Amino acid sequence: MTKDRNSFIAWLQAGPMMLVFVAFFLLPLVFVVIVSAWDYNEYEMLPALSFRGYTDTFEGCIAQLPDLCTILKTYAKTVKLCFLTWAITLTIGFTIAYFLAFHVRSKTWQIVLSLLCTIPFWTSNVIRMIAWVPLLGRNGLINQGLIDLGLIKVPMEWLLFSEFSVVLAFVHLFTFFMVVPIFNSMIRIDPKLVEAAYDAGATGFQTLINIIIPLAKPGIVIGSIFVITIVMGDFVTIGVMGGQQIASAGKIIETRLNALQFPAAAANAVILLGITIVIISALTRLVDIRKEL
Amino acid sequence: MGDKRPKSFYILAAVFIVYVLFLYGPMFAIFTLSFQGPEGGLTFPMNGVSLHWFRKVFEGNGVVNIGAAFKRSLALGSVVMIITVVLSVAAGMAFRKGFKGAAVLFYTAIASLIMPSIITSLGIALEFRLFDDVMINHANDLGLGWLAEGWTTAMGLFTSGLGAHLTWTLPFGLLIMFAIFNRFDGRLEEAARDLGATPWQTFRHVVLPIILPSVVGIGLFGFTLSWDELARSSQAIGSVNTLPLELQGLTTTVTKPDIYALGTITSAVSFLVIFIALFIIQFLQARQRRHGSDAGKGLV
Repeated sequence: MTKDRNSFIAWLQAGPMMLVFVAFFLLPLVFVVIVSAWDYNEYEMLPALSFRGYTDTFEGCIAQLPDLCTILKTYAKTVKLCFLTWAITLTIGFTIAYFLAFHVRSKTWQIVLSLLCTIPFWTSNVIRMIAWVPLLGRNGLINQGLIDLGLIKVPMEWLLFSEFSVVLAFVHLFTFFMVVPIFNSMIRIDPKLVEAAYDAGATGFQTLINIIIPLAKPGIVIGSIFVITIVMGDFVTIGVMGGQQIASAGKIIETRLNALQFPAAAANAVILLGITIVIISALTRLVDIRKEL
Repeated sequence: MGDKRPKSFYILAAVFIVYVLFLYGPMFAIFTLSFQGPEGGLTFPMNGVSLHWFRKVFEGNGVVNIGAAFKRSLALGSVVMIITVVLSVAAGMAFRKGFKGAAVLFYTAIASLIMPSIITSLGIALEFRLFDDVMINHANDLGLGWLAEGWTTAMGLFTSGLGAHLTWTLPFGLLIMFAIFNRFDGRLEEAARDLGATPWQTFRHVVLPIILPSVVGIGLFGFTLSWDELARSSQAIGSVNTLPLELQGLTTTVTKPDIYALGTITSAVSFLVIFIALFIIQFLQARQRRHGSDAGKGLV
């Protein structure tokens, strides 16, 4: 009897959260999939089976071969930005986590320095994007500085509202998502293992490659999932930092929505979702998330 | 590991310092620039120092009502914070006991966390649009005519907007609860039970005081993530805007430092909340250390 009672109470406790996810996450996803197969005209969606959302998206893709059509070009661009961001955030995130986990010895300092990395995460992303404008703009600090030093004559235009500034902002905003899980994996590594490696004559580099990276792998995978899913679906950062000029997978959905073409937006969302799921399932093959908390 | 720091320590420390400067430098640039004189522009150098642009923000520049957006975001953030704390702690306790469907809830939360925000936002928008459509066109068939009279939309700050924010804050709350209970000594609960405490008394007098600092942390995440949320709100907020949405709109139209002033005010709220939360956590932890254990103190 007590067991039944216990599980009943557990249900009451977990129920509200599950209800929120059902109402605002699972059901909405179902609607995205359903509406993606609806018809539409200039101003409303029509509840009749049609794959116009998908066919419109891939319009001309076969006719234009071997050239890439707009949608494929956009996805290629998104994947490229995603890969660059992933590589840079991983390198920086790993280095920072390594420093915090292995070189900072006192617990207090570890907490203080981790907090220093976390505080910006609790502030507004838009503001952290806007913050680059006075530095990277045509009359910004960097251009002014280089002109004053006589290194360049005309301001560099590619610093702002370019792919460069988009990746820079991604790295600025999302390296945090790499640091936390990698740090979390690293502090579980038994220091004796590292010591044993040194005693056995391994160089610092060999220890890194053979001991630390394999043991930090779960953190690396979790961080990668975060960064990749955020960048694949992003439309805000690419919009603001790209001067609304760069297309991306997320921006296509936004554009379709602004045109009130809901089935087309939903079709694009399903495509994006499919690609994201493929990436994540490939990555989770490598690690069991639940063990890592 | 010897006492002397290896050379790599200094190199990595330098990298860390550069990273921190990279994190904070740009923010401090706009905080400084928001105090531009009335003639100042969007970039350095400073053209005098004044509160001119803050005054302009509070007066409103005619286009958007910043004050109203500010209050809306504050109200929504507070509600999201409270719901996130209550639901996360409750669900955390449930996971401790274990229940059928625990794995489903866990993976749903993870999926909600890493789902591209635009998809969640679009889904919620569609859900509410279809619901409105049913209310407007078919309410009479369902016998709900009395409810549907003059129906415009169910979308709004505290319906679709609140839901969108919760899909983002609840996973963080749940993960923090997991982290807490992985380090929690279950014997304390058993001891309380053995002494005859009811489950509620055990929670109220044993578990809650121990986890309270981390619960404040969940509140911190709940408020700040909602206060700054943009992508999930974008399609799901209805006719009114939150502060980050107004800010994003201003990035394409404003060419004066008032956007920096607005950024400084928004960040000031974030920093205020962060420091209040960290102060409370510090205070609670200090109190735990004082009262927590009388081991080794002899008879009292």
